[in-house]
Amino acid sequence: MTSLSAAEAASATAPAMPAPAAASSYLDEGFNLWSWLTTKDHKRIAILYAVSITAFFFLGGAAATLIRLELATPQGDIVSAETYNKIFTAHGVIMVWFFLIPSIPATLGNFLLPLMIGARDLAFPRLNLLSWYLYVAGALFTVGMLIAGGVDTGWTFYTPFSTMFSSTYVVYALAGVFVVGFSSILTGLNFIVTTHRLRTAGLTWFRLPLFVWAIYATSLILVLATPVLAMTLVLLALERLFGIGIFDPALGGDPLLFQHLFWFYSHPAVYIMVLPAMGVASEVITCFARKPVFGYRMMAYAIVAIASIGFLVWGHHMFVSGQSMYAGMTFSLLSYLVAIPSAIKVFNWTATLYKGSITFDAPMLYLLGFVGLFMVGGMTGLFLASLAADVHLTDTYFVVAHFHYIMVGGSVMAYLGGIHYWWPKVTGRLYPESWARFAAILIFAGFNMTFFPQYLLGVAGMPRRYHQYAPEFQLLNVLSSAGAAILALGYLLPLVYLSWSLMRGKRAPPNPWNAAGLEWQTASPPPPHNFDSPPAPPRKPYDYDPTRPEALPGSAAAAQT
Amino acid sequence: MNATSATVRRNTDEEVGLWVFLATEVLFFSVLLFGYVVTRIHHPQAFALASKHTDIVLGSVNTAVLLTSSLTIALSSVSLEMGRRRAALWLLPATLVLGATFLALKFLEYAHDIHEQLVPLPWLHFSLSGPDVAGERLFFYMYFVMTGAHAVHLIVGLALVAAMIVKVARNENPDHSCGAVELTGLYWHLVDIVWIFLYPMLYLISRT
Repeated sequence: MTSLSAAEAASATAPAMPAPAAASSYLDEGFNLWSWLTTKDHKRIAILYAVSITAFFFLGGAAATLIRLELATPQGDIVSAETYNKIFTAHGVIMVWFFLIPSIPATLGNFLLPLMIGARDLAFPRLNLLSWYLYVAGALFTVGMLIAGGVDTGWTFYTPFSTMFSSTYVVYALAGVFVVGFSSILTGLNFIVTTHRLRTAGLTWFRLPLFVWAIYATSLILVLATPVLAMTLVLLALERLFGIGIFDPALGGDPLLFQHLFWFYSHPAVYIMVLPAMGVASEVITCFARKPVFGYRMMAYAIVAIASIGFLVWGHHMFVSGQSMYAGMTFSLLSYLVAIPSAIKVFNWTATLYKGSITFDAPMLYLLGFVGLFMVGGMTGLFLASLAADVHLTDTYFVVAHFHYIMVGGSVMAYLGGIHYWWPKVTGRLYPESWARFAAILIFAGFNMTFFPQYLLGVAGMPRRYHQYAPEFQLLNVLSSAGAAILALGYLLPLVYLSWSLMRGKRAPPNPWNAAGLEWQTASPPPPHNFDSPPAPPRKPYDYDPTRPEALPGSAAAAQT
Repeated sequence: MNATSATVRRNTDEEVGLWVFLATEVLFFSVLLFGYVVTRIHHPQAFALASKHTDIVLGSVNTAVLLTSSLTIALSSVSLEMGRRRAALWLLPATLVLGATFLALKFLEYAHDIHEQLVPLPWLHFSLSGPDVAGERLFFYMYFVMTGAHAVHLIVGLALVAAMIVKVARNENPDHSCGAVELTGLYWHLVDIVWIFLYPMLYLISRT
């Protein structure tokens, strides 16, 4: 037991040299497992999250691998139809709730929010630790049940199948997701209070990094949407357990009501996944273009607009479910509207690059990939928002490709880019640049090879969620499965070279990118209390000068005067 | 001086946090209210018929009891601000007693409902009949779920008030307990407001 915890602590705290003096960085505060499991330091909790969501990411990835293996041939030759249903449900549940929802907010957000606003910690450190425990308990329980009995409803738990017909472990899975929901709510609450109350003196709202804006808007969604999911899951569980409820038409209930309530959470949940990614993009693109972000205020307003309008578009998941035609028209219009602030963001990132002094370090490669893939995913979202096209495309692989471009092409690329960008700050070590660039390009190529064929399959009419398909779809499916193999390799690479850099990477200076932002004003890795002296807020955010790319941001004005 | 301002600041963080938490509670209950409304639109007559079988007397008495408890907790928070700790030590237990009375009456009402066979579980006999028994069952399903969720919140509230009584009685950190009672009061009022929605929806609107 002691040797195990020693080994764990050694791998987790490897970058720290044996430091006999008082803890100089948060990594030196304690070396055993217990010191990590009882920490109230937001930076350590971020690491706890990072380790656990990485485990769930590869677990969900294993399910995806099985799916792509099965779909390499038109026959159902590897798994039965029933097992296939359980596999794609496990993939969806794990990836959505146990990876994507907590991904950027709970790891990078947790680590960076206090640093970026010059605070010592989050407003409620104990609540932050509780969030992690709730997350781990709920996620482990659900995954245990997904493996022990499986759930075959899809991650959407549509009624009446989930209440009346499915004979799998639905209630257990619901219970776990319910618990994880409280972890989301508490994290969101903590971030909101922190952003409002703990900004250092002089750091006004319009001097905040856009990452903070994005995390704040995401927290609003977490706090306002998750309770709706929680109560809906309670009603679903009661209906399944007691045979009475308001969702089952056989009992006088309304299955559309379930879909409305479910998507009232689950559509904004997409913005929980992509808004923080947009925040990362804004940080990284300005830094590697050495230019102030184009239209800072508009970028901030666009974040708020996406979060707000994102609450009003859920009905576009139900165009063919039998909701009224007028509801369909309204939701279609609103879905088009949410594209406007999204397009503003893509436009402004592009304009930030214009006449910038661009370098293509690995974080930049990931985030340029993010912009391109997010744009393709967003534009194909407009196909689905138009009523007539959606009738043809609903429940085909076009939808699958669309949301994977947003969630995987968008969010996961940005998450990886963010990990590389802040890796020196978090660990105090530099990652191997060539390997990181190679992985970024490999992931981009593998991703497109996996999911672009699925757009074509969807337009050709291949339905999702079947383990068999017509033989004429095989070529594109084989292409997709081959791409998935490349993608899997691409995702394993960072795991390997980042772990390597923990031991062998070069020591990182406090600000290896010459980047703006208060987090770069403290040591790498930061001390337990974050700042030795209160950081000075910038006069304006992202004060880069493209004509002097080597200069520290904000030094231009000083040089002129 | 420094210590006082630090205390005030900590309380204010908690207050912002509590308001955000109350927002999540509103969304939590809104699912039930929305579900009730949609189901009622599907079964208007059945809901009208079934709701006449709720106990209007106990429901009304309970409304009065709960509203009074909101008054006593609000007064206890004001008295603490004015430094009248002894008044608060009367008002907080009064809140506790009123809240407990509400729960006792609620469980008495549940006992009546069970006795009158109004529990819509499929393996129990359901005494109501009419053209749309499914709708009547759904009314009582929503009645039990909504009042049940409310009762769970009230039990949490009772635990919080009990903790406040201990805190105020010990009087170790008056500034802090003043803020804590205020926050408990905010939560208590929300639970009260939820009942203000439940009472007309479940007891009143079909009785003319």
